[in-house]
Amino acid sequence: MATLELVVSDGVTAAPARRGRRLGPLFWAAIGWMALIFAVAILAPVLPLPSPTDMDMLERRAPFSLEHWLGTDGLGRDELARLIHGARISLVVGLCAPIIGLTIGGALGMLAGYFRGRFEALVVGSMDVLLAFPPLILALAVTAYLGQSILNLTLILGVLGIPAFMRVARAATLSLARREFVIAAEALGATHARILLRELLPNVMLPLLAFFLLGVAVTIVAEGALSFLGLGVPPPISSWGSMIGEGRESLDVAPRLAFLPAIAMFLTVLSFNLVGDSLRALTDPRQGAL
Amino acid sequence: MSGRALLSVEDVAVDLPTPRGNLRAVDHVDLSVGAGRTLGIVGESGCGKTMLSRAILQLLPKKARLSGRVMFDGQDLARCGAGVLRKLRARSLAVVFQDPMTSLNPVLTIGTQLVETLQEHLELDAATARQRSAELLAAVGIPAPEQRLAQYPHQLSGGMRQRVAIAIALSCEPKLLIADEPTTALDVTIQAQILDLLAREQRRRHMAMILITHDLGVVAGRTDEVAVMYAGRVVERAPTVQLFKTMRMPYTEALFAAIPKLDAAPHTPLPAISGRPPDPTRPLRGCSFSPRCRYANGRCQQEKPALADAESPDHRYACFHPIAPAAGGAS
Repeated sequence: MATLELVVSDGVTAAPARRGRRLGPLFWAAIGWMALIFAVAILAPVLPLPSPTDMDMLERRAPFSLEHWLGTDGLGRDELARLIHGARISLVVGLCAPIIGLTIGGALGMLAGYFRGRFEALVVGSMDVLLAFPPLILALAVTAYLGQSILNLTLILGVLGIPAFMRVARAATLSLARREFVIAAEALGATHARILLRELLPNVMLPLLAFFLLGVAVTIVAEGALSFLGLGVPPPISSWGSMIGEGRESLDVAPRLAFLPAIAMFLTVLSFNLVGDSLRALTDPRQGAL
Repeated sequence: MSGRALLSVEDVAVDLPTPRGNLRAVDHVDLSVGAGRTLGIVGESGCGKTMLSRAILQLLPKKARLSGRVMFDGQDLARCGAGVLRKLRARSLAVVFQDPMTSLNPVLTIGTQLVETLQEHLELDAATARQRSAELLAAVGIPAPEQRLAQYPHQLSGGMRQRVAIAIALSCEPKLLIADEPTTALDVTIQAQILDLLAREQRRRHMAMILITHDLGVVAGRTDEVAVMYAGRVVERAPTVQLFKTMRMPYTEALFAAIPKLDAAPHTPLPAISGRPPDPTRPLRGCSFSPRCRYANGRCQQEKPALADAESPDHRYACFHPIAPAAGGAS
């Protein structure tokens, strides 16, 4: 009785479906840059680098040399060491803050989109309040009150990211919650928790993860902006943003002091965006649905 | 009808509030299905078939209001608590939807969806559940089931997907399967296969089935009893054989006439039912079919005919001008 399908079955079954999609050299370049940044950031304490905080007042703004590969900054500190230690701060904040937004915002958004009603109104309303707050002013107020530390910086950037993640999760959930596979699961006696975790989460996760990588990029820039304004990590520690800020003073004599961290940030953010886009295109099983 | 019914729908009405006013999707329907029997529900789009099936499963939209009783296995589904309802759904009820494109989760493999359902319902360990999944897929006529388990829904054809949806529905050994237009989204050659599959599994498992369709032809050979719905009401109900032999309601006759005939000459225009179903937010005073009925007269516009017995108590219809038994079905 299944003659039509029996004929095609053997050749086609379990054929690897997405071998054909090519990733391109740009993707691999982005992956390479990210791997390099992660590697040096993680290995920074064991790498044979000069201390990023030791000043050498006789060698201020030294040019590139064998001793200081990328020269020294305005206070005679090794630029390369500061860049690498700055990467640690940028990456820790850039990854941890969106994770806060992803978990809290994603959970709130899914619950709001699934249960609707008063809960949804409350969540959306409170997120609108949070969105209406000027983010930099809020960050300024919080760091002034709680003090400048990596933890505080991460928390405030994370909280500021919650509304965006909430909206992405809610929009995705809304479009899925009344689809037939959800109703079918309900008809088979699935609990709300099960429907949310097993039926909806795998679907919502795709747009959320793509948005997460974008969030990492945005957060690295935001952390840079805050550090540039002197609201980021406290001074002796370097971060890309604070390095650009310090380099501003000597833009006319040694522009590289501002440009080197700017280039590092630019390449990292670009890599995250490229990888995010490619991964989303690659892991979306619905792509082949047509 | 005879004996103890597994499911009996008693005086069920479903109201949906809409911006244009109250929409009565299901209008005081009585139906029953015995264990192991098949009931066909036939009617055109928007006549309340799907809402009725959702009312039976208690899966109505949140704003919908349900009145009446849905007795299943001695319990009123409309009044039992969420926990009891969940258990009943898990053990005894199952549904197959119209569109297999949307009734499977697009981002989970077939295997994940089947195995998890089995583990949840039958408390099997992973290996056994996987084996049972493969058996189920084989039972619904999917070749090479082991490989299929690793595939995503979009890698299967429409017919295959509907088979998978049926396998998932059958996985918890339901007592009642509701098939809501299971073949409408499939092409004709697959339709017959899917309907045969449903009929075979139904006999084998001795489960009751409600087959919802807009096609009288689908219902003809595969059901014990047929209810014809129009504008939210059951307008004729009879054992299948009897219905096709002596249809009494003009709407049933019109539906029957609208089935394309193989022996008709090419380019014969299909006798469609003229007009459109009445606006369900503005109920008519009289018979809801009267504006489209060629037998209608003044009385039909004034009062609603009740569902009355024909020659036998099994055959009921709601019409003031039933077609004479001799002429029935000839059209």
